[in-house]
Amino acid sequence: MNPLPRWAEIGLIPLINLTLALLVSGVVIALIGEDPIRALNVMIQGAFVYPGSLGYTLYYTTNFMFTGLAVAVAFHAMLFNIGGEGQAMLGGLGVALVCIALDPFLPGFLVILTAIGGAALFGAAWAFIPGWLQAYRGSHIVITTIMFNFIASGVMVWLLSGVMMSSGQGSPQTRQFAPEALMPKIHDILGAVGIKTANSPLNLSFLLALLACVGVWVLIWRTKFGYALRAMGHSEPAAAYAGIPVKRMIVVAMAISGALAGCMALNEILGVQHKLVLNFSAGYGFTGIAVALMGRNHPVGIVLASLLFGALFQGGAELDFEFKSITREMVLVIQGLIILFSGALAYMFTPWLARILVQRRAANA
Amino acid sequence: MIETWVDILRILDGTLRLATPLILCAMAGLVSERSGVIDIGLEGKLLIGAFAAASVAVLPGSPWLGLGAAIVASVVFSLIHGFACITHRGEQIISGVAVNILASGLTVVIGIALFRQGGQTPPMPPDARFRPIDWPLTETLGDVPILGPLYAELISGHNLLVYVALASVVLVWWMLFRTTFGLRLRAVGEAPAAVDSAGVSVTWLRYRGVMIAGVLCGIAGAYLSIAHGAGFFREMSAGKGFIALAAMILGNWRPGIALLACLLFGFLETVTPRLQGLELPLIGEAPTALIPMLPYIFTVILLAGFFGRAIPPRALGTPYVKEH
Repeated sequence: MNPLPRWAEIGLIPLINLTLALLVSGVVIALIGEDPIRALNVMIQGAFVYPGSLGYTLYYTTNFMFTGLAVAVAFHAMLFNIGGEGQAMLGGLGVALVCIALDPFLPGFLVILTAIGGAALFGAAWAFIPGWLQAYRGSHIVITTIMFNFIASGVMVWLLSGVMMSSGQGSPQTRQFAPEALMPKIHDILGAVGIKTANSPLNLSFLLALLACVGVWVLIWRTKFGYALRAMGHSEPAAAYAGIPVKRMIVVAMAISGALAGCMALNEILGVQHKLVLNFSAGYGFTGIAVALMGRNHPVGIVLASLLFGALFQGGAELDFEFKSITREMVLVIQGLIILFSGALAYMFTPWLARILVQRRAANA
Repeated sequence: MIETWVDILRILDGTLRLATPLILCAMAGLVSERSGVIDIGLEGKLLIGAFAAASVAVLPGSPWLGLGAAIVASVVFSLIHGFACITHRGEQIISGVAVNILASGLTVVIGIALFRQGGQTPPMPPDARFRPIDWPLTETLGDVPILGPLYAELISGHNLLVYVALASVVLVWWMLFRTTFGLRLRAVGEAPAAVDSAGVSVTWLRYRGVMIAGVLCGIAGAYLSIAHGAGFFREMSAGKGFIALAAMILGNWRPGIALLACLLFGFLETVTPRLQGLELPLIGEAPTALIPMLPYIFTVILLAGFFGRAIPPRALGTPYVKEH
C-alpha cells in the first residue's frame, strides 16, 4: 500500500506539507494586510540571527524534542497519547516536590538527579493510568488522555493555590528552589571554559533531550521490546498471536511516553522558572503531536521537526515586536496547518506523487 | 421558605444558562459521532463561532447577522474536518486537534488585525445581542405562590438561544430516531458497508452529519459571545467543547441522557462559587477547586466501565473504503 520510494516518503512529503502550511499562513498574513515575505524574514532573523536568538530557539527545541518523542513512542504502538500537556504538568509537580523536599539538605547535583527522576516518574504515572484503563478496562485512550489533561490542570490549580503555595505570596506558585539545584545554563558552562556566548534560557536539559532521542532510537529499533512494540503497532492480533503480552506493552509504552513528556518540565521548571507555576506547559504537549507527525516518529526526524518548531516559536515571538497586526499566535495557525496537512491530510498527495514518480521512472527506463 | 424557593430557582436558572453551550455542542458531537466521525474539534468550532458572531454582530448591530456568521465559520471548520476525515480518510483525532489549534490561533490573529484590541472584540451595543425574552404575563403571575417565581425566574426571561438549545435536543432525537435520514445516519455509524450496498452514499451522509455538527457549534458560539456574553475574548470557549464531549459520552451517544449530563455540569458550575468557603459536615471546607474536574473524572470512570458502560457507534473513527 506504499507506492512511494523511501526518500520521497521521509523527505519530500514533509517538505510539501511544510511548504503548504507556510503558503496558507502566507495567504492569511496577506489577507490581514501585511507582507508575508517580510514576516518570514523577521521570523528567520529572530530565530537564528539576532544575538542570543539561537539559544532561545534551542531552548524551545528542547521542549519539543521531549513532547515529540513522547507522542512518537506511543504512536509506534498505535496509541494516541494526546495527554502530553497533562503529563508535562505532573512532571513539573514531580520536579517541584523533589526540589522543595530535598534542596535544604542535599548538594545541588544530587537534587537535580533526583528531580530528573521525579519528572519522569510523575509523568509516567499520569500516562500509566490511561494506559492501564485502555489495556485492562477498554477505555478509549484518546478520550482518557484528554480528560487527564483537564484533571491535571485542575490538580495544579488546587495544589498551587492551596498547600503548595508559598506563604506570603498572592499568586499561585511554589517558593523558589535553592540556586544550587538549578539545571546549569549552557552559556554559563561555555563561559567557564572561556567561550563567550549571549545569555539565553538554554540549559543542560537540551543535552538530556538529545540523549533521550538516542535512547528512544535504541529502544525502538535495537531492542526486543522495541520490536514487540512495532509489531503491536502494525497488528495487535498478530502480535498477541506471536506471544507478545499486548496489554502489558500498552501500559509500558504509555508509561515511557509519559516519562518523556514529564521531562519537558526539566527544561521549563528546573532550567528556567526555578519554581512551579501554573500553565508552564503552554501547549508544548500539543505541539509534540505536530513534531511527531512532521518527524515521521523517528528520532532524527523529531530533532529536525523540533528545531523547526523551536525556530517558529522563537521567530514568532519576534513578530510581536516588528508588526502591529501579526503576533506570535500566527505560529499556532502554522502549527494547526502542519498538523492538518501532515497528519489528517497525509494521504492527499501520495497517489498524485506516486503517479508522477512512476511516470518519470518509466520515462527514464 | 419563599426565599429558599427563589434561591433554588436562581440556581436552576444559572444551571440552564451555563448548560446551554454544552447542550448545543453535545448535540453537535452526537450527530457527528452517530455518523461515524469522531469530533474532538467541538472546542475549536465553538471558539471560531463565538469569534465570528461577535466580530460580525458588532458592525451593523444585528445579532442575526452574528448568528449567521457563527454558523458559516463553524460549518467551514467542520467541512475542513470532513474533507480530511471523509474524503481523504485521514486520522479523525489528528484532524480534530488541528481544528482546535487552528481556531485558537486564527481567532487571535484575525481579531488583532480587525480590532487591534489584543484579541478582544470592541464593546457591543445592546441591540447587537440576543436579549432576554420576557414571556407574557410574567408580572401578573409573579404573585402566584411557588408557580409565579418558577415562571418568572426559570421559564421566562432567557435569550432565544437558550430555548433553541433545548429545542435542539428534541430535534436531534426526532431526526435520529424518527426520520429516514436519521436511520441512515445511525446506520452509517454502525455498518457503513450495509448502507453503501443499499445504494446510499456513505460520504454524503457523513458530510451532512459533520455539517449539522457545525451548525450546532456555531449557534453555541454565538450564544457565548453575543447572547450570554457581550463580546469575544481569546480562548473564551475555555474547555466547554471538551466538557460537552464528556457529556455526550456520559450520555452514551443518546440525546436525552446527554442533556441530563449537560445540566448536571451546568449545575456544578453554578453552585461552585456558592460553595466557596462553606464548611461541609465530615469534609470540612468545600474543595471548590476540585469541582471543575468532576465532569472529566466522571467520564474517565464511566469509560473504564466501573459504572454503566459507554458503547460508542461501532464504526466510529473508521474511514469507509468503498470496495471496487
